[in-house]
Amino acid sequence: MISLTSPIRTRAHSWRAGPKLLALCVATVVLFSQNSITFHFCVLALIASVYASAGMTFLRFGVRRVWGLWPFVVMVMLWHGITHEIALGGAISLRLLNAVALANLVTLTTKLSDMIKVIRFLTTPLRRFGLSTQQLELGIALVVRFTPVLTEKGSHLSDAWRARSPKRPKWHIVVPFAVLAIDDAEYVAEAIKARGGIQNKN
Amino acid sequence: MERNLTLIALFAALIAALGLIPSFTLAFGVPITAQSMGVMLCGTVLGAKRGGLAALLFVVLVALGLPLLAGGRGGLGVFASPTVGFLISFPIGAFVTGLLVEKLRFGSLGVVAAAASVVGGVIVVYIFGVIGMSVVLDKTIPEATLLVTAFIPGDLIKAIAAGAITVALYKARPNSVLSRA
Repeated sequence: MISLTSPIRTRAHSWRAGPKLLALCVATVVLFSQNSITFHFCVLALIASVYASAGMTFLRFGVRRVWGLWPFVVMVMLWHGITHEIALGGAISLRLLNAVALANLVTLTTKLSDMIKVIRFLTTPLRRFGLSTQQLELGIALVVRFTPVLTEKGSHLSDAWRARSPKRPKWHIVVPFAVLAIDDAEYVAEAIKARGGIQNKN
Repeated sequence: MERNLTLIALFAALIAALGLIPSFTLAFGVPITAQSMGVMLCGTVLGAKRGGLAALLFVVLVALGLPLLAGGRGGLGVFASPTVGFLISFPIGAFVTGLLVEKLRFGSLGVVAAAASVVGGVIVVYIFGVIGMSVVLDKTIPEATLLVTAFIPGDLIKAIAAGAITVALYKARPNSVLSRA
C-alpha cells in the first residue's frame, strides 16, 4: 500500500518523527490562538517558502493536498462577506490552510515505519501494565495488506456487475463485498493460528 | 483471539475500501460516499467493542499517513481540517451502534441495526462533527449545524442500507455477525 510520504527527499525526512509531531502540536495551538489576518498571512508565506525550499514539484504537491479545502474557504468567505467581517473570514480561512499545510508537511516528510515507532512509543505505558501491543502492530500490518486486496476484489465485483448489467454498480455490490471481507478474515485467522497464533508477550 | 483481530483489521480495511465505491449525488446536489456506512457496519456486525476498535484502527492508520479516506485523503492534515470531528467520532459512533444492536434484542435485526446506525452512525457522529467544524471554522454550534444539514438525508439512507446489509450478512454468514453471536 502506498502511504502519503513524499518520494521527493527533503531535509525534514531525516528528522525524527516524535519531535516533528510535538512541534506540529505546538504550532497548531499557536495558530488557533491567533486571529490576526496579518499573522496568518505571514505564516502562510513561511510555510510556502518551506515547501518551495524542497523544489517546485514538492510545492505543487503540497498545494494539491490543501486544494480540497476550497469549498470550506469559499463557504467561510461567503458567510463573513454577508456578515461584513471579511478580515475575520480571511483570518479563519488562512488559519485553516496553515494548520492543514503544516500537518501535511509532517505526513509528507515522515515514513510510515517512523510513525508506527511513535505509536509503539506512545503505547509503552500499556506494555508496562502487562498489556500486549503486538495485536495493534499486527492489526496495522493486516489493514495495510488487506485494503488493496479488498479494493481489487471490489473492482472484480464491479466488473462482474458491468458484464451483466448496463447500469453502473453502486450499492448492489456492498453485500457480496462484505461477505468476501468476512471470508478473508476467517481464512487469515486460521492461517495465523496455524502459524502459532498471537502470542501474549510484550 | 486471531479471529477477533482479523475481523477488526478486515473491517478497518472495509471502511477504507468502501470509500472507493463511486459516490452518488442526492437530488439537491450533495454527493455521498459509502465510507461512513462502513463505520455503521463495524458496529452492527462486529458489536460495540470490536466495531469500535475496527473504526479506531482505521482512524489511527489515517493519522499515520495512509490515504484511506474517500478521495485518497489521509495524514495529519485531515485532523486540522473542518471534518476532524466526523473522523474522531468514527470509533465512538461504531461503539454506540454496536452497543445498541447487542442490547436491543427485540424486533427484526434489520430495523434494530438501522435504528442503531441512526443513533450511533448519524446522531453521535454529527454531534462530534458539528463541534469539530465549529472549533475549526470559528462558528457557533447552530451555525456549524446549518453547514452540515444537507448531508443528513444521505446519512439516513446509509443507516437504512446498513440495516439491510446486516440482515443479508446475518443470512449469509450468521457466525460472523458477532453483535448477535
